[in-house]
Amino acid sequence: MFYRENGQFKTSYKSDQQIFPIPQDRWAIVAIVALAFFAVPMMVDEYLFRAILIPFLILSLAALGVNILVGYCGQITLGAGAFMAVGAYAAYNFLIRVSGMPALGAILLGGLTAAAVGIVFGIPSLRVRGLYLAVATLAAQFFWDWAFLRVKWFTNDASSGSVSVADISVFGWTIDSPSDKYLFCLGILVIFSLMAKNMVRGSIGRQWMAIRDMDVAATVIGIRPMYAKLTAFAVSSFYVGVAGALWGFVHLGSWEPAAFSIDRSFQLLFMVIIGGMGAIAGSFFGAAFIVILPIFLNQLLPVIGGWFGLEVSIALVSHVEIMIFGALIAFFLIVEPHGIARLWSTGREKLRLWPFPH
Amino acid sequence: MKLRKLAVAASVAAIGLSALFTTPAAFAAEEQFFPVLAYRTGAYAPNGTPWANGFVDYMKLTNARGGVNGVKMIWEECETGYATDRGVECYERLKGKHGGATAVQPLSTGITFALTEKAPVDKIPVITAGYGRSESQDGSVFGWNFPLVGTYWMGADVLVQHLAKKEGGFDKLKGKKIALVYHDSPYGKEPIALLQERAKMHGFDLSLLPVAHPGVEQKATWLQIRQNKPDYVFLWGWGVMNSTSIKEAQATGYPREKMYGVWWSGAEPDVKDVGDGAKGYNALAMQHGAEPNAKVVKEILEKLHAKGQGTGPKEEVGQVLYMRGVISSMLQVEGVRAAQGRYGKGKRITGEQMRWGLENINLDQKTLDSLGFAGVMRPVQTSCLDHMGSAWARIHTWDGKKWNFTSDWYQGDEKVLRPLVISTAGRYAEEKKIKRRTADDCKK
Repeated sequence: MFYRENGQFKTSYKSDQQIFPIPQDRWAIVAIVALAFFAVPMMVDEYLFRAILIPFLILSLAALGVNILVGYCGQITLGAGAFMAVGAYAAYNFLIRVSGMPALGAILLGGLTAAAVGIVFGIPSLRVRGLYLAVATLAAQFFWDWAFLRVKWFTNDASSGSVSVADISVFGWTIDSPSDKYLFCLGILVIFSLMAKNMVRGSIGRQWMAIRDMDVAATVIGIRPMYAKLTAFAVSSFYVGVAGALWGFVHLGSWEPAAFSIDRSFQLLFMVIIGGMGAIAGSFFGAAFIVILPIFLNQLLPVIGGWFGLEVSIALVSHVEIMIFGALIAFFLIVEPHGIARLWSTGREKLRLWPFPH
Repeated sequence: MKLRKLAVAASVAAIGLSALFTTPAAFAAEEQFFPVLAYRTGAYAPNGTPWANGFVDYMKLTNARGGVNGVKMIWEECETGYATDRGVECYERLKGKHGGATAVQPLSTGITFALTEKAPVDKIPVITAGYGRSESQDGSVFGWNFPLVGTYWMGADVLVQHLAKKEGGFDKLKGKKIALVYHDSPYGKEPIALLQERAKMHGFDLSLLPVAHPGVEQKATWLQIRQNKPDYVFLWGWGVMNSTSIKEAQATGYPREKMYGVWWSGAEPDVKDVGDGAKGYNALAMQHGAEPNAKVVKEILEKLHAKGQGTGPKEEVGQVLYMRGVISSMLQVEGVRAAQGRYGKGKRITGEQMRWGLENINLDQKTLDSLGFAGVMRPVQTSCLDHMGSAWARIHTWDGKKWNFTSDWYQGDEKVLRPLVISTAGRYAEEKKIKRRTADDCKK
């Protein structure tokens, strides 16, 4: 009913191997992206842009990066916040120290710096695995927290350790209004997601997954663990670093190391776990769950209270918000331990077999 | 089946969502809207709650007095939990409601940094009475920030002056050791620039001891203090960090008489639990201290709490942080009054007009007395270039039961503060490519 696949035949390898082999999926994705680019800027107001959509897009990008490392290559990291910070501060330093540096160049260089740092902090992954690696990546978090708080060079000798950048412009397009910022982040996110999707379908992604599933077996069939693990660290840190630079440049405009604290690392890891490890779409679901749901609950509860004629105090709202949020995390993990993305794909499979799903 | 239930749940949620965004905004011309970014939960709630209660109570009092030339104050609270991203979300949520926010007071240096970027775009003044960035005193660069009545540089300056007076002159400070125990965030790091400047001038030795958020783990810091034996300890903490510091000082045997807190480290929640152990502990008073006998406090008790309309518990009225909320609220109400003086009495003013009002606050002692603030604070006069308006402070000391003033009034030294403010603000202007406002811009 929803998927009428009769008469769709694949006649070449190319058509069989494309990203979305089912035309309905393909058109749905194109429609969603088109909607996001053209319809959303006309429909939503400033609050949705600045408080919800822009943070959602940027954290989706960061979650995508973490998903590459944790979901595809199986290397648990608790240092994602640090790599965001490296991306943001490196981009800031490139912007102010190199005269004539374009903002987009600074953001990408920030990502590359994060990638280099990611490789260095990925080296322990060659020796330690699993939870032990998670503890080793914590070192990255603490080291960079310390460095950006203490080493004054990174913050251009700012007295309180907080740095700020002016409005950025890309190829003559000054990004200052909320809808500009939204479109800029959306553009970067779409390009990066496409790249990620292709990487995980390609040779490199298969190597990552082989390492994730069983690294001894992967070594036996000729995959070099060092190469696979370090590329995963590099690519993941690049994504996370670019997200960090966007978080600083586009979302906050002025930030301090606390914006990339250990809480952020946990948040990103939870996004991947709840959204779905090893699924690109999982990054988006996870980011939506973690970013939007608490705010939604926070606004919904007073409204519900209003229906019953109760005046709910803000303290009560935020307590209830945390309780419901925690309960929902437990609920989703029990219903589907593989994350919301798996739930979604199960649902999709059922729709393909509609009206006789099994 | 499971899927169907989920789909039902999702559509119910969607209906709820649409209900949220279609709530009609009540708009009345003679109401002045203020968002209240409060934190009544989390690690800093014991300190955030009395502030918010005082802040809201004074607006209630203003309405009970008949508003500002008939214009009533309205407000809406949003819980930030002291977290920057939630604070920004709250600000975005509230800024457009009820015809637009008049001014915003985030009560967090982190949120202040984030809002500083947004204020010029949204044209909503950010009032940070006694906190925020110290260089934002320079109104020619920071056109929308108002660190009214006190900045951290001014506070640190007063502390050094007090020590000099105690020791018998600035020259006696030479060779003395001062340790700064600070909350490791922009808030705690603010005074460092000034203290370093003063250390250079007078030759005292400054050691910096950061404490990580939220500040319950300070053993290592106080071990260092025990080893170095500084002559004085400055405490730049917030929330649970303050009482932990005092407890640690007690445990290490560091005399509380030699500890000086900033005004955010000198309120009842900081010392109450320590009780006698905190006896002798000193803190800055941002003009006011605990003021149970002030006229405004009596008026709040009589007009609000006696009728059951008070915001918090009755016992809290007149405490240090409650008073800070009251004063922060009063300054913004007086900003509205000043703006109305120019743009039309009894009319609703915009954020832009509010800025003019805040730049032209002129509260002399007579006005303060009539508002019920006699003995609580000194006159405040702001200008386009000076967004602080008053640089007076005192020291108060905890005697085990209450705070008592133990010093005379001090004034921040302009000769030290001004150059630092101008040069730091200048660097910010350069970074953000801001043109300084000229005398002509100020008249607008």
